[in-house]
Amino acid sequence: MFKFWGIFCTLIGVVLLVIFIGNIIIDGISRINWDFIIDLPSRKPENSGIYTALMGSIWILLLTTVIAFPVGVAAGIYLEEYSKKNKLSGLLEINISNLAGVPSIIYGLLGLEVFVRIMGLGPSVLAGSLTLSLLILPIVIVATREAIKAVPSSIKDASYALGASKWQTIWHQILPASGGGILTGVILALSRAVGETAPLIVVGALAYVPFAPQGPLDEFSVLPIQIFNWISRPQAGFIENAAAAIIILLGITFIMNGVAVYFRNKWQKKWK
Amino acid sequence: MKKIVTIIVLAFIVMACGNKKDQKETVQNDSGKLEGTIKVDGSSTVYPITEAVAEEFRNVQPNIKVTIGVSGTGGGFQKFSRGETNISDASRPIKDKEIAACKENNINYIQLEVAYDGLAVLVNPENTWVDSFTVEELKKIWEPDAQGKIMKWNQIRPEWPNEEIHLFGPGVASGTYDYFTEAIVGKSGSSRGDYTASEDDHILVQGIAGDKYGLGFFGLAYYVENKDKLTLIGVNNGAEVVKPTLETVSNGTYAPLSRPLFIYVNSTSVKQPEVVAFVHYYLENAGKLSKDVGYIPLPENLYKKSKEDFHAFVESNK
Repeated sequence: MFKFWGIFCTLIGVVLLVIFIGNIIIDGISRINWDFIIDLPSRKPENSGIYTALMGSIWILLLTTVIAFPVGVAAGIYLEEYSKKNKLSGLLEINISNLAGVPSIIYGLLGLEVFVRIMGLGPSVLAGSLTLSLLILPIVIVATREAIKAVPSSIKDASYALGASKWQTIWHQILPASGGGILTGVILALSRAVGETAPLIVVGALAYVPFAPQGPLDEFSVLPIQIFNWISRPQAGFIENAAAAIIILLGITFIMNGVAVYFRNKWQKKWK
Repeated sequence: MKKIVTIIVLAFIVMACGNKKDQKETVQNDSGKLEGTIKVDGSSTVYPITEAVAEEFRNVQPNIKVTIGVSGTGGGFQKFSRGETNISDASRPIKDKEIAACKENNINYIQLEVAYDGLAVLVNPENTWVDSFTVEELKKIWEPDAQGKIMKWNQIRPEWPNEEIHLFGPGVASGTYDYFTEAIVGKSGSSRGDYTASEDDHILVQGIAGDKYGLGFFGLAYYVENKDKLTLIGVNNGAEVVKPTLETVSNGTYAPLSRPLFIYVNSTSVKQPEVVAFVHYYLENAGKLSKDVGYIPLPENLYKKSKEDFHAFVESNK
């Protein structure tokens, strides 16, 4: 009996998702073509494109990876391998778990004050990336720790038995063994970051930028903001544009999740 | 793992190399084309007009980069008063608090009207009994005291049906809501709470189009796009019943539900020739372009007057 209830519950989610995606695809697929990718925003829906928003999203994605990946993984390794179990580490852990639950707009406000105003970065790609890095750091740290925990202690012990130092053990044994898990965590965290709107609006991401960012200090727009902007326009053509942009954003997220699954499978096999 | 680390390090290096050179604020080169960046932020209502102007301006001055944000009228003024933007889009005049903030930072500005926006009052096409509303009737329906009391059509006019009235309107965060409540109830942001509110005007269109006893209001542009699904109701301005059209909004007879839209220009920014060129182009073309995006142009003489005011403003700040 419970089995059927379980199947039913699983199906609700899947069916809703299929209906939603189907709906969006019907609305938007005919609008997607090369011009749509490379055109600038316009007041005429049929001339509008997502070029600047897409480039902004890619910039944000790359910079966020560059910032959040090393910091998050290093923090995860420290907490799992080096830190002693005392009050300080307990406090750190509780805070990191709490940070994972802070609403994203709060990070936006923090980013606006610290990165945009105090550090003087302005509403730039860099300020946006730093803000999103903060947002996903807790997720990356937790994923790293879980992945490291999953490495069998026999590997570690064997490495020490052969005379390897702590760092050698971490670099040559633990990290390669947990790499799949860590990457999966990082990529899933990034695919959350690519869909964030609220913190970027607060930081000062724009709705109309007629140029793609050329450096980390340039102003930018991102896909979710472009979508939101189009949805609130009266003309039916913009709604179609929004659907098309949603398909592209979904495509990016799906590809990233696919890559995450691929890495997970690849690394898992290595250990069996 | 190593490979990935290498790739990331490489990516970082590439990006660092791509770092742009420091741009000079303004450069005028031989061909008379201007260069520079103009920052605009503010109301999402005014955004489509500014976007259209910036888009066309790109053809005239391809090297001037105009960026537009949509922080809302209030958010836009906040940045404007800190000197972070050159131009602020606004769907209402600047408030005293914001004027004080500008003074504190020594920011002077000029206010320029760029177009009108009409608020449309709408019912379902099957609604045959309503032909017009007076402002008092609208107030009776929407004021805070109406909550839980004015629930039926015949409470407004006895000859209307004894059926429930279903209300639709924009959410409290929108400038449209602020404006409607100010014009109808008399106090901005004060209305009954028991109506279907949505920040997405498409939802309001669907709601009224699917409900015979529905009544709602939103920006005129949304009605123009959905003419076949909705019936537009005229409002009595005290002398006659007027429906919002290009003409009645533009000449001010559709009162009180039409409002001007503004841009504010920083006095320090007009020292930059590219800002002057952009604002001039804005006033030159706002009439045609505002019509394109669903708003209503000002009468021609007002644009002319705005241009003169702006020129005087530029001269006095040289």
